[in-house]
Amino acid sequence: MPPLLKLILRRLGLGVLTLFLVSLVVFGATQALPGDPAKAILGKQSADKAMYQALRRQLNLDRPVYVQYESWLKGVVTGHMGTSLASGTTVTSLIGQKVANSFALVLLAALISIPISLLIGSLSALWRDSVFDLTASVGSLALAALPEFVIAMLLILLFATAVTHVLPAVSRIPPGSTPWAQWDMLILPVLTLVLAVAPYISRILRASMIEVLESDYVQMARLKGMPERTVLQRHALPNAIIPAIQVSALQLAWLAGGVVVVEYVFNYPGIGSAFIDAVNNRDLPVVQAIALLIAAVYVCANLLADILTILVSPRLRTGLR
Amino acid sequence: MSATPQITQELIPSADELLPEPQAGGGRRRREWTDLLLGSWRFGRTKVGVIIVAAIVVLAIIGPWIAPHSPYVFVGPPYSAPSAHALLGTDYIGHDVLSRVLCGGRTVIGLSVVATALAMVLGVALGLIAGYSRPAVDDVIMRLLDVLLAFPSIVFVLLLVALLGHSLVLIVVAVAVTHAPRIARVARGATLEIVGRDFVHASEALGVPRRKILLGEILPNITSPLLVEFGLRLTYSIGLIAALSFLGFGLQPPSADWGLMIQENRVAIVVQPWAVAVPVILIALLTIGTNLATDGVSRALIGIDRDTGAK
Amino acid sequence: MSDYVLTVENLRVELDPSGADIDDEVTLAIHQGEVLGLVGESASGKTTAATALLDHERRGARIGGGKVVIDGKNVLSLKPGELRHLRGGVISYVPQDPSMSLNPALRIRTQLMEILEAHGFGSSQRERQDRLREMMAEVLLPGDDRFLRRYPHQLSGGQQQRVALAMAFACRPALIVLDEPTTGLDVTTQAHVLETVRSLTSTYGVAALYVTHDLAVVANLADRIAVMYAGRLVEVGPRDALFEHACHPYTRKLLEAIPDLAGEHALRGIPGRAPVPGRRPRGCFFAARCDDAQPECLIEFPPYDGPGQDHRVRCWRWREVQARPMFADLPLRITAGPSCAAEGDAVVTVRDAKVYYGTKEVLHGVDTNVCPRRCIALVGESGSGKTTLARAIAGIHPGKIEGEILFRGKPLARDARARSKEHRQQLQYIFQSPYGSLNPRKTIGQILAVPLDTFFNLSRSEMDDRMVDALELVALDGTLLNKYPDQLSGGERQRVAIARALAAKPSVLICDEVTSSLDVSVQATIIELLAKLIEEVGVGMIFVTHHLPLVRSIAQEVAVMSEGRIVEKGLVDAVLDDPQADYTKRLLADTPTI
Repeated sequence: MPPLLKLILRRLGLGVLTLFLVSLVVFGATQALPGDPAKAILGKQSADKAMYQALRRQLNLDRPVYVQYESWLKGVVTGHMGTSLASGTTVTSLIGQKVANSFALVLLAALISIPISLLIGSLSALWRDSVFDLTASVGSLALAALPEFVIAMLLILLFATAVTHVLPAVSRIPPGSTPWAQWDMLILPVLTLVLAVAPYISRILRASMIEVLESDYVQMARLKGMPERTVLQRHALPNAIIPAIQVSALQLAWLAGGVVVVEYVFNYPGIGSAFIDAVNNRDLPVVQAIALLIAAVYVCANLLADILTILVSPRLRTGLR
Repeated sequence: MSATPQITQELIPSADELLPEPQAGGGRRRREWTDLLLGSWRFGRTKVGVIIVAAIVVLAIIGPWIAPHSPYVFVGPPYSAPSAHALLGTDYIGHDVLSRVLCGGRTVIGLSVVATALAMVLGVALGLIAGYSRPAVDDVIMRLLDVLLAFPSIVFVLLLVALLGHSLVLIVVAVAVTHAPRIARVARGATLEIVGRDFVHASEALGVPRRKILLGEILPNITSPLLVEFGLRLTYSIGLIAALSFLGFGLQPPSADWGLMIQENRVAIVVQPWAVAVPVILIALLTIGTNLATDGVSRALIGIDRDTGAK
Repeated sequence: MSDYVLTVENLRVELDPSGADIDDEVTLAIHQGEVLGLVGESASGKTTAATALLDHERRGARIGGGKVVIDGKNVLSLKPGELRHLRGGVISYVPQDPSMSLNPALRIRTQLMEILEAHGFGSSQRERQDRLREMMAEVLLPGDDRFLRRYPHQLSGGQQQRVALAMAFACRPALIVLDEPTTGLDVTTQAHVLETVRSLTSTYGVAALYVTHDLAVVANLADRIAVMYAGRLVEVGPRDALFEHACHPYTRKLLEAIPDLAGEHALRGIPGRAPVPGRRPRGCFFAARCDDAQPECLIEFPPYDGPGQDHRVRCWRWREVQARPMFADLPLRITAGPSCAAEGDAVVTVRDAKVYYGTKEVLHGVDTNVCPRRCIALVGESGSGKTTLARAIAGIHPGKIEGEILFRGKPLARDARARSKEHRQQLQYIFQSPYGSLNPRKTIGQILAVPLDTFFNLSRSEMDDRMVDALELVALDGTLLNKYPDQLSGGERQRVAIARALAAKPSVLICDEVTSSLDVSVQATIIELLAKLIEEVGVGMIFVTHHLPLVRSIAQEVAVMSEGRIVEKGLVDAVLDDPQADYTKRLLADTPTI
């Protein structure tokens, strides 16, 4: 088997293993910890024996832990994630559309932030210590520090209230309609996500680009008399792609977590706000499903980054460690 | 390591070589991290960051003593505009916004510091052990930590809150647990770099016990990147804990808390922006301040690495 | 000779932003077709001066003044387009480390062809491809497509360096600057590379500036040699004149510090260290370390003077220096006595040792002995197994060990941690890199305290006394105890490492390439020290090195290793004067000597 294929299969295997362990954590954190989920959910009503027993049966709490896990996992893999305790519908039907909504949000945010931050990062590295670089550096430092909800609130303060009554402060997408129909509802959430994530990418890319630009082989290319454009395109760029790929994948992972608070602030009907509602309602099946989904996105994004990196680096492609 | 000649002395001299020689006998005990902190002060951003943080921390600590009213008392009709009586107006229920702002910082800052400290202890211990153990043990530890890393911090904390309910202790522990793997990664990376150096082999050859080597040889050499990591984690902890309060999982009403205030008052943001704007700005400044200071320390560290030719 | 291809006038390179000089007043000329060796120790500024010839500045340095004239034009004032045309086309550069200078993401074919294309060599792609094949043949590399499709990491170190050479000669430039191009290569590959350089320069009449710290390497290659000290040229002259009648005290001392294979005289080092940029004194920079210094030397740096137009020196007393015979007051080396024959004498005995890395056997049945008051050298190229053997004896080898390793007849545990306190104490190991073997976060005192704490039960004052004693043994002052390693020079740090070993009061010292990271002059002082320790303290020593000439200066016996086996063993004089094994013969033939 060619070493390349072996390497990729190994990464895939590790990814699957990680997903499996992730599911263990999700399950453990919500059902296997000391503390009775049924009692916690019912609160005072747990005094009602009948209701209590019914809930326990519904959550499979009367079976041993590993059996619970097994049936839960089976459900996950086949797409039956249980029934939402709060709404009574299946989890899948509850969150199905919301997944699509969140996906739209993340996709838009990624499509906007990746090119912009790659550009800013590269230019900062190329024009190192210039006014542009310093401004971008301080700006990204400040933005990177802010929690997402602060960015969201600042944007709301800026755009939707006192300064300019321009954009809606809260997204009111009627249930059943898609985000695209009310595109102005998307602007602020997407902008928040872009501002939350872009500074990380550009900072990391700047550092990687500087490393490439200061490398011995780029200097050597100049000493060979190569025109500067060739140096950048042929020598620097192929080596800078790798960190760019890794950082872009990381960004997808960050976005997956970032949607939680951002959707809540803007009341956007996605899995993020659904997650918070579920936590508030102690709707364990929904909590489990969404947590698992978000973590799975993270694992897959990293896997994709790893595999792309392997394909793009000659050293790894030809089987050398 | 190949055994072929390498003149490794750098041509560009280390920073020390351009300074006058320190006193020969009885020199002060020079610790790495004090050097680092002093060195980072050179940067404008460090100064700005430290000043901002210091100002806000002082404000949060003495706030309750200088607040004009108690944060629980109704001083006027809800959402009234700023007046002489209530300089920032009143909030959703009639409390004085200024007083609540002055009293609302302690919890966030206190919890964040504790959570970060706890995370550092956990993470550094795990990272040291992973870095200095057999590859098999290292692998297992890192794989397990990777699993935790798959969860965005807030998702993990809320996952635990969903079952166990929200208590401040739980939040502190959960935040610490979610930061620990990231710290462990950094600690492990730094440890691995040190473990390969000959002075560690030298102590091993003498038969010095492993624990002594970890604490005496390795740990003192990784304090600098850990200092930077502490700053970063503190910044994120503040953000996370404020967000949790904002979402309603932290302090409960009627307690005064910046995150909670933002949530309570944002419905009427058009009418009474101050009740939201002021806590938002304070949290923003605080996190920006810690991040600036941390970046200054990080730059000083890179400068030191370059000077001592740490290759 | 007036057919200069390049002249340098008063070149100055300084630190950016402090402005302290790295190099200054560098004036030299290179004739057509000649090889000029630029020799200097570390921090002498030779690499910076060499790259300045292409108007290249390292980060942190800037060119402060002077002229570099080639083809009637001043390189330092060229416009970017002209400079680009010059680099690679008229002057080209061979870097020190090809593994870093070749782009890991591009095939070598691309990296070779692009020079030809950028400089417009030939009038068609066909011509350029022919030239490519020709270039590969010149550097003795295969020219077929399969080889050219490789990436740099798929080539060995020697092959990478040959690719770098091919790139440098591609457009048949007028001058090539070679920056220590054989660093990191083993002796045999180094010999091949030097041979390639020699043939290429003579075939094409290309002039070369060969920068190196190793006079021996350049002795057989250069027509003229320029010696640099602390950023100044102190002597420039024809090769023979320099080696037979050097006019500058530093040149002489440098020659005295170089281990010579013939081994007629003992080594002598130069105590102290060269002044770094920013801390250079008013007068002659070398005066502080010079035996011939006089008051006038401290006032003013001597101007260029010398016996002829071709041989320039910067020394007030050059005439007296030149008149002295070379190696005049050096003692003759004491030749060795009888070998460590009877095993009853031996402190350490190794019998049929097989050592593994994982499942791979890297030492195949090795026997050797170490006796008190004697030194045995383990010599070999990298990968020969000499360090593995040393580490196995010391107990710091991480893999499996079979066979016997005995200390005074008793078997030693494989892992140092499993050994008794006495065994750990008696065998001490000194590492190669002075920069890595001392904990940068500890003071010298704390570093020396570790063995003392581990092996002895001493009071505070007894510890202090022992530490001062240990430092005295290595000719260091007790005031160093409160200093940190980065306040010491490389030589001083290595002495501290030796003091740390001595503090344990061992009977065997294992020195693993302990001088390989040091300058020649510093190396010589450490060798002197080690030889003295063998005599005075009576330790037995294993001296691991890849540098054959060093062996004569320190050891009485030698074991030559290759690929995990000892191919030849015996008294130093016997083995080096009359080698039996083929490998030894080849090693001797490939080692450059003066």
